[in-house]
Amino acid sequence: MLIDWFTVGAQVINFLVLVWLLKRFLYRPILDAIDAREQRIAAELADADAKRAEAKQERETFQHKNQEFDQQRAALFTHAMDEAKAERRRLLDEARQTADALRDKRQEALRQEADQLNQALMHRTEQEVFAIARKTLTDLAGASLEERLVDVFIERLGAMDSEAHTLFAEALKATSEPVRVRSAFELPPAQRELIQAALNSRFETEVPVQFEAGPDLVGGIELTANGQQVGWSIADHLRSLEQGVRELLKAKDQSDVVPKPAQPAPDATHS
Amino acid sequence: MHLSPDEIIFWQDGFLKLNATIVFTWALMLVLVVGSLLVTRKLSRDLSRSRWQNLLEILVTGIEKQIAEVGLRDARTYLGFLGTLFLFVAAASLATIIPGYEPPTGSLSTTTALALCVLVAVPFFGIADQGLGGYLKSYMEPTVMMLPFNIISEVSRTLALAVRLFGNMMSGTMIIAILLTITPFLFPILMTALGLLTGMVQAYIFSILAAVYIAAATRTRKPKPATNP
Repeated sequence: MLIDWFTVGAQVINFLVLVWLLKRFLYRPILDAIDAREQRIAAELADADAKRAEAKQERETFQHKNQEFDQQRAALFTHAMDEAKAERRRLLDEARQTADALRDKRQEALRQEADQLNQALMHRTEQEVFAIARKTLTDLAGASLEERLVDVFIERLGAMDSEAHTLFAEALKATSEPVRVRSAFELPPAQRELIQAALNSRFETEVPVQFEAGPDLVGGIELTANGQQVGWSIADHLRSLEQGVRELLKAKDQSDVVPKPAQPAPDATHS
Repeated sequence: MHLSPDEIIFWQDGFLKLNATIVFTWALMLVLVVGSLLVTRKLSRDLSRSRWQNLLEILVTGIEKQIAEVGLRDARTYLGFLGTLFLFVAAASLATIIPGYEPPTGSLSTTTALALCVLVAVPFFGIADQGLGGYLKSYMEPTVMMLPFNIISEVSRTLALAVRLFGNMMSGTMIIAILLTITPFLFPILMTALGLLTGMVQAYIFSILAAVYIAAATRTRKPKPATNP
């Protein structure tokens, strides 16, 4: 018989024991390990998913922020550019104005300096001319010239118009002081008498006369009574000439100032 | 010349005896249990693991997948029983490459014992799944007329299981033994290789058939997506 029933029983027990042992030592630990690993992997995958989602969100936030930043920067840049342009324009204007003012001032100063120089030159020339004239005339003036001057004086006295004559006569009557006769040199007594006689005859009265010498007259004779004056001297002529020249210079100055042409200013704007 | 390792008796005391079948079964049990102990003692739950652990994991998950493919819903409930069937039969065939070894599955007593275990396990799992009444009712499907035929089928398929495994394993060792006497050198090696293959196939067939029977007992009314062996 091929079946041994004791062996069958023993094998059944053996098999059941093996089932229990393998369950205990093989299947359960292995399955537990696999489950634990799967759980862990699932957890890690979920974690990775969460992290990816988070990263995506953060990336979007970052991109958004980046865009905002770019926009802000562009806006700020534009603003700054505009401001810089305005500032540049303002500075340029200011510089131009300052340059213009400086140029005007300098032109004014130049003109004034030129004027002053001109005037100084003219005064100097004038003074020199008169000094030379005075000197020459003073050198030339002598006794004989004085005589001639006395003649001319007397002649003038005679030729005095009626109005001047009346004024002078009234002046003589009003004062008790003597009439002053000034000359560049001390007059000799003969000529004094001539003048005395001419005055007496002209005003038909005894005129008290005081003779004085005044080198500043250069040459000539002057009659002064109570503020009224009659006479002739080279100094008089020179004075009137000087006055004429001054008036001429003044007129010239004024004509210079008015039509002054605006010169082209040095280029202060480097735009 | 003996047909079964039952006939090699080491020790006997009346009804009790210690034959080669029981001894080699114990040896196999020892190897299987100690092997799993050694590997599972330092199991890694991380992503990196030893190659032995990998091997066992592939084995266990592979069996689990096969059970699930047969159509059993909760594969882990049946893993202990069906997995041990497969591992025992496979190990018994694999060990035939060791000289002097007699496969315990080459004994009709062992295969009968395994078939008896399946015979008991089918109603056990069936009752556990759908209750006693539900299970007994499945014998009267589709009509009461089918009751004797169902019982006959139950018994006959158990017998078929036992004899199929015994025949295959026994024939394998027998052929090798006979061939060794005729053509000693190369041919027995080829036959041993073939025996390894048939042993694996038999292990697969045995456990899959058991799974199918259990599936039939537990899910009679549900469609089975299983592939028949």
